[in-house]
Amino acid sequence: MSSAPENNGRRRFLTLATAVVGGAGTVGVAVPFIKSWNPSEKAKAAGAPVEYDVSKMAPGQLVRVKWRGKPVYVVRRTDEVLEQLKSGHNEQLKDPDSIENQQPEYAVNSHRSPNPEFLVALGVCTHLGCAPTYRAGDFNEIVEGVANGFFCPCHGSKFDMAGRVFNNVPAPLNLVVPPHSYSDNGVLLIGVDKGDA
Amino acid sequence: MLTNIVNWIDKRIPMTETFNKHVGQYPAPVNFNFWYFFGSLAMLVLVNQILTGIWLTMNYTPSGAEAFASVEYIMRDVEYGWLLRYMHSTGASAFFVVVYLHMLRGMMYGSYQKPRELLWLFGMFIFLVLMAEGFMGYLLPWGNMSFWGAQVIISLFGAIPVIGDDLTLWIRGDYVISGATLNRFFALHVIALPLVLVILVFLHIVALHEVGSNNPEGVEIKKPKGSVPPEELAKFKFHKQYSEKYDIVDAVPFHPYYSVKDIMGVVGFLFFFCAVIFFAPEGGGYFLEKPNFEPANPLKTPEHIAPVWYFGPFYTILRVIPDKLLGAALMFGAIVMLFLLPWFDRGTVKSVRYRSIWHKINLVQFCICFVVLGVLGTKAASPLNNFLGAVTSVGYFGFFIALWFYSKNEKTKPLPERISH
Repeated sequence: MSSAPENNGRRRFLTLATAVVGGAGTVGVAVPFIKSWNPSEKAKAAGAPVEYDVSKMAPGQLVRVKWRGKPVYVVRRTDEVLEQLKSGHNEQLKDPDSIENQQPEYAVNSHRSPNPEFLVALGVCTHLGCAPTYRAGDFNEIVEGVANGFFCPCHGSKFDMAGRVFNNVPAPLNLVVPPHSYSDNGVLLIGVDKGDA
Repeated sequence: MLTNIVNWIDKRIPMTETFNKHVGQYPAPVNFNFWYFFGSLAMLVLVNQILTGIWLTMNYTPSGAEAFASVEYIMRDVEYGWLLRYMHSTGASAFFVVVYLHMLRGMMYGSYQKPRELLWLFGMFIFLVLMAEGFMGYLLPWGNMSFWGAQVIISLFGAIPVIGDDLTLWIRGDYVISGATLNRFFALHVIALPLVLVILVFLHIVALHEVGSNNPEGVEIKKPKGSVPPEELAKFKFHKQYSEKYDIVDAVPFHPYYSVKDIMGVVGFLFFFCAVIFFAPEGGGYFLEKPNFEPANPLKTPEHIAPVWYFGPFYTILRVIPDKLLGAALMFGAIVMLFLLPWFDRGTVKSVRYRSIWHKINLVQFCICFVVLGVLGTKAASPLNNFLGAVTSVGYFGFFIALWFYSKNEKTKPLPERISH
C-alpha cells in the first residue's frame, strides 16, 4: 500500500468531477430515450396543416374538417349572426371577451377569428369532449333571442356562433379555436398561424 | 436525514448489509488486470440491450406483414429511433465480444477449476441463452438474411433422427418460416429469454461471491483461519461472512477500488462502442448484413448465406463435416465441450502463468483455431476454406482432449503462497 498521505481535498475533487461527468453522460444518453416518445415523423405528417377552400361555402353552412384526428367546425357566418355576436347576448356568456387562453392572439375579438365571416373552432365540448350540434335558426328554443348556436347533446352545454359558452351550463370554457390562417387565394389553412406557412 | 431513511429501510430489508456483502466489503484480489474488465462490461451491455430493447418494442410490429416496415419506421420516422436500434444491434455484437474475452480470461487463469465449476456452468448457460437471443433477435427485422439464416438454423434440428422433421415443423409453427415463427421468436426474445438471462446473471454473481474471485496468479486470497500473522492480513474491513471464516490476504474491497477501475474500463469500451454506433453501425456488413436490407423473400436465397460473425466458429464446424447429422452433432458438441471444461482439466494449478509449456501452446492454438473458424464462418465455402476449417476444427476439439491427457500429471511451476506484488 502506498505510504503517501491521504489528500482529502483532492479526493473530493476527483469524486465530484467523476460524478459530474458521469451525471452529464447519463443525462445525455437519456435524451434519445425521452425524445423517442415525441410524435414520430409519420404522426407529424398526419398532424400536418389541413387545407379547406371556404369560398364554396353557402352562408350559414357548417362543414367538419378533420385535423389531427379531431373535428374542426368551419361555419360561414351571416351578417345578422355577426351583428348579434357584437354584444347581443354578452351578459349571458361566461367569457364574452375571450380572456381565457382558448384561442390564438388574433382570435381575441367578438367573433373569435381573424376573418369575421368564418368561425373555425374545434367541435369538441370543453366539458367532457362530446361534439356539440349546430342549431341553425332554431337555437331560440334553447336560448331565447339567439337564433343560431351550438348545443351539446351530452350534458346540455350551449355555445354561441363564436364558440363562446353560455352561463349555467357544465362546460367551463369557450370552444378551442385552433391556429388557422388564410392563404393569399383565400384557402383556409388549419394548424398554421399567419406567416408560418 | 439520509441516515434516518437508511436506518428505516435497514430495519425492514437488509439493504446496507447486502451492499456491504457484495460491493462495499467484498474482498477482491489486489492483482486484477485488463482481463477483469469484461464481467462488468457484460453487465453494462446487458443493461443497454434491455433498455434499448424495451424502447424498440414500443414501435416494432411483430407480424410477417409489418415487421420489416416497422423497422424502417423506427429508422426513419421515430425520433432517435435509428440510435436506439443501432445501440441494440451494435450491443448484440459487443455482448459477444466482451463475453468471448470474459471466457478466455476464465480459461487463461483457470477460473473454471474447483471450486468454481458451477460458476462456470452458470456462465455457459448465459452464453447459450445469449446465442438463442442473438439468433431469435436476428429474425425480427424480417429481412431476407433474417429469413434464410433462421431457415438454415432451424433446419439443423431436422438432422435429428426420427423426430427431426416434426420438430422443425413444431419450432416454425408452419410449413415455412412465417409470421407464426416470427411472433413466437418475438415473445421469446423480448420476455422469456431476458428473464432467464437476468436470473442466470444473478446466480452467476451469487456463485462468484460464494466461492470468491479468482485472479491472474490463480492463488487463493482466503487462507485458513488463524494461519496468517495479523500484520500480514489485508488492512481493510471485509464483511464478516468472509472474514469470520478465513484470513484474507492481498485483497481490497470491490468498492471503491474495482468500481473505479471498472469505470475506466467502461470509458475505454464506450470509445469503441460509440465509434461503431456513429460511424460504422453496420460493422462492415458483419453486424448487420447487406441482404437484410431487403424484406424476407421465401423464393430467393441470398447468394452467400453467412451467420452473424459471433456464430462463425460453430457454423464452420457444422459446414466442414460432410454429414448432416454428424455436422450438427459436432456443432452442438463444440459448445458441450466448453460446458465440460472443468472436468477436462484434471490439473490443480489454475493460472496459465504456472502451467506447463504444453498448456500454453495448447491454449494459444485453441485461440488461433477459434479465430480462424470464426473468420471462415463468414466466408463462402471453397476447397481451401473447407480444408482450413477441418484443420482448425480438429484444433478446437483437440484442445479439450489433449488437456484431459496432459493435465493429470502436468509438470507445473511451483505455486507461490501469496499473490506476489
